[in-house]
Amino acid sequence: MSETIAVNSNGKHPNYIEYQGKHKGLAGWLLTTDHKRIGILYLIAITAFFLTGVTFGFLMRLELISPGRTIMDAQTYNSFFTLHGVIMIFLFVVPGIPSIFGNFFLPILIGAKDVFFPKLNLLSWYLYIFGGILAIISILLPGGPADTGWTFYIPYSVRTGTNVDLALFAAFVLGFSSILTGLNFITTVHRLRAPGMTWFKMPLSIWAFYSTAWVQVLATPIIGITVFMVAIERIFKVGLFDPALGGDPVLYQHLFWIYSHPAVYIMILPAMGIISEIIPVFARRTIFGYKFIAMSSIAIALFGSLVWGHHMFTAGMADASQFVFSLLTMVVAIPSAIKVFNWTATLYKGSILLETPMLFALAFIFLFTIGGLTGVMQGVLSVDIMVQDTSFIVAHFHYVMFGGTGFGLMAAMHYWFPKMFGKMYNKKVSKIAFWLIFIGFNITYFPMFIMGWLGMPRRYYDYLPEFHIYHLISTIGSWILVSGILLMVGNLIKALLSDKKFSEKNPWGGETLEWTIDTPPIHENFLEIPTVHAAPYEYKQNETTVLTNQEVK
Amino acid sequence: MSVQEQTIAHVHRDDIGTRMGMWLFLFTELLLFGGLFILYSIYRFQYQAEFHLAAKELNILVGTLNTAILLTSSLTMALSIAAIQRNKISLSIFFQLLTILLAFGFMINKYFEWSAKIHHGIYPDSDVLLAKPSGEIIFFGLYYVMTGLHGVHVIIGVVLISVMMRLTSKQVITSNNYVKLESAGLYWHLVDIIWIFLFPLFYLIT
Repeated sequence: MSETIAVNSNGKHPNYIEYQGKHKGLAGWLLTTDHKRIGILYLIAITAFFLTGVTFGFLMRLELISPGRTIMDAQTYNSFFTLHGVIMIFLFVVPGIPSIFGNFFLPILIGAKDVFFPKLNLLSWYLYIFGGILAIISILLPGGPADTGWTFYIPYSVRTGTNVDLALFAAFVLGFSSILTGLNFITTVHRLRAPGMTWFKMPLSIWAFYSTAWVQVLATPIIGITVFMVAIERIFKVGLFDPALGGDPVLYQHLFWIYSHPAVYIMILPAMGIISEIIPVFARRTIFGYKFIAMSSIAIALFGSLVWGHHMFTAGMADASQFVFSLLTMVVAIPSAIKVFNWTATLYKGSILLETPMLFALAFIFLFTIGGLTGVMQGVLSVDIMVQDTSFIVAHFHYVMFGGTGFGLMAAMHYWFPKMFGKMYNKKVSKIAFWLIFIGFNITYFPMFIMGWLGMPRRYYDYLPEFHIYHLISTIGSWILVSGILLMVGNLIKALLSDKKFSEKNPWGGETLEWTIDTPPIHENFLEIPTVHAAPYEYKQNETTVLTNQEVK
Repeated sequence: MSVQEQTIAHVHRDDIGTRMGMWLFLFTELLLFGGLFILYSIYRFQYQAEFHLAAKELNILVGTLNTAILLTSSLTMALSIAAIQRNKISLSIFFQLLTILLAFGFMINKYFEWSAKIHHGIYPDSDVLLAKPSGEIIFFGLYYVMTGLHGVHVIIGVVLISVMMRLTSKQVITSNNYVKLESAGLYWHLVDIIWIFLFPLFYLIT
C-alpha cells in the first residue's frame, strides 16, 4: 500500500498490466503484492487445475460408457475419481471465485487500493501453488495416486499403500492458503471500506465474500488438524482413529464433515454474491430485498456450520441427533430460497438484457434450484437412507457445485473479463458456448438422478446392464459439455491474444465502483479514494420509488 | 483509541487492523487445537479407566516445572512490550532474550520427559504400548500428538521472537510502532494458554 506511485507515462497512470514496479517482467508478476495481479495469477493456476479435473472427469465418464472394462482398469478408475474430486474441490471450487474475483474486485468494490495484508495475499498464492504441486507429485510418485475418494475415509485411508500422505499434506497446505485469504478479506472489509460505504451500502458480492471468509477462517482449521491426524496415524500408527488400535472411525467422519459441509458454503456463497451482482445490472432494476440477501449470506454461513451430520445418517448416529441434523438441513434451505426469490423478484418487470453473463446467471438460478431442492430431499431421513452413496448424490452435488459455483464463476468471468483485461470476447461465440455447456451439463448429470434413484451406487467401476442407457446418455452429454467448455476457454483466450483494445469504462451499465475506474484498472485502482453516497444497484430509469426509499438513508 | 486513530491519519498505518488480523489467526490456531481437544474429551469419556491409569505414568513434577517456565516466559514477553512502550530498547531486547531462553528451557525439559517415556518403550506402535489396552494406546497417542504439536508451536514462537529481537535492535520496532512485537506477544500467550489446558488434562486429572 505504501509503494511509490508509478512513473507517469504521457501524463497517464499506467494500468496494472503495464505497470513497472520494483521488479520487471516475470518477477514483476511472481513477486507482486498487487491484488489484481495476484487475482490473475490465481486465474491462470485455477484454470489449469480446472482443465485437469475436467480431463479426469471426462475419462471416467468414457470408462462408464459401457459395462465392464472400456479404457482403464478398476484401480486407475479409483484413482481417477479421487483425483477428480481432490482437484476439483480443493484446487478449483473452494479457492475459485474468492481467489480470482475476490482478490481482483473485493478491494475495488469497497473503494480500496489493495487488500489489508498484501504480502500475506501473495503468500497464500504460493501456498496454493505448493499444495497443487504436492497433489501432482502424489499422482506421479511410485505407490500410485490416492484411491480413497476425496473424503479420505478411515480405515481404508490408513490401510491403502497409495500416496495418501502427500495428498493429505496437499489438502493441509491448501487449507492454510484458504485461511489466510479469508483472514485477509475479513480484515479488509472491516478496515478499508471507502468513506461513506456503510455495511448496508456494500455491494452484495462483498457480503457474500465476507460471510465466506468467516467460514474459511472458522471451519478450515478443523480439516487442517483432521488430515494432519490421518497423516500422523498413517506414519506413526498412534491409534487416533484406527479401530484396530481402539480409535473411532466415525469420529473421523464427524471431524471431516465439520469442515467439509461448511466448505460447500465456502464454494457456493461467493457464486451467490456474483449472481446478486449480475442480476440487477442486466435486469436494470434495483435489487429486490437487499438486506434479506445480505443477511441470508450470514444465515447460510451460520446454519451451514451446524448441519454436517446429514452426511452420516447411515454411519451410525443417535436418533435424536439424526432428527436435529435433518431439521437443521431443512432450515438452511430457507436463506438459500430467500436469495432465489429475491433474484426472481428483481427480474420481475425488469428490462432484461440476455448478455452472456446474464445467461449464466439465469442458468445458475435454474440449476441451483434443482440441486438445492434435491438436497432438501436428501435431508429427509427416510429418503437419505435410500439414496445414500448412489449417483443421485453425485447428480445433486454436481448440480449445486458445477451448476451453481461453476456457472457462477463462468458468469463472473464473462461479466468482469472486459474490465480485467481491457479486451472483449466474441459475444456470439460465448453464447454458443453457454448453450453447449448448459445442454451438455443437463444431459450429463440429469440421468444420474434417475439411475441413482433406481439404485446405481456411486464410485462403482462396473454396473448392471439395466443402467447402461443412463450411463450412455450421460457420457454423450459429457462430450457436449466438454466441447462447450473448450469453446468458451478458447474464445476467451482468443480475445486475450487479440490486439483489439477495449477501454470502455462501463460496458454493461453497472452501478458499482469497479465501473467508475479505467479499463483495465490503473495500478492503484483509484487516484483518489471515492466517497460513497448511494447504495449499489440504483437504477433510476425503470424502478418504483418505493424501492429506492427502502435502500437509501 | 483516539491516539491510535491519530496515528492512522498521519502515517497511513492501521494497528487496529493488524491486531484484528492477528486475533483472527489466533482463533484459527485455537480451532486447530480444538479438533484435538474434541478427540481427547470423547476418548476420555469412552475409556475412563484406561485414561486414569495411563495418566499416572506422567511425571507431575516435570509438568509443573514446565508450566511455571512457560507462565514466566509470558510475563517476560509482556514486560518486553511494556519496555518498548517506554522506549527502553535494550531492556525490551533483554526480556525478549529471556523469553527465548525460557522457551528453550521448556523444550529441554520436554526432551528429557519424552526420552524417558521412549526409554520405557512407551511410544506409538511400540510393543510395550501395543500390549496395553486400547484406551492407554490412545492416551499416549494423544499425549504425543498434542504436546508434540504444542512443541512445534513453541519452536515457531522462538523463531518469531528472534526475528522481533532483530527488528527491535534495527529500530524497526520502536516506542510508537510496536504492533509487530505485540502480535508476536499475542502468539506467545496463545502457546502459553494451550499449555495451560494441556497440563491439567494430561498430568493433573488422574
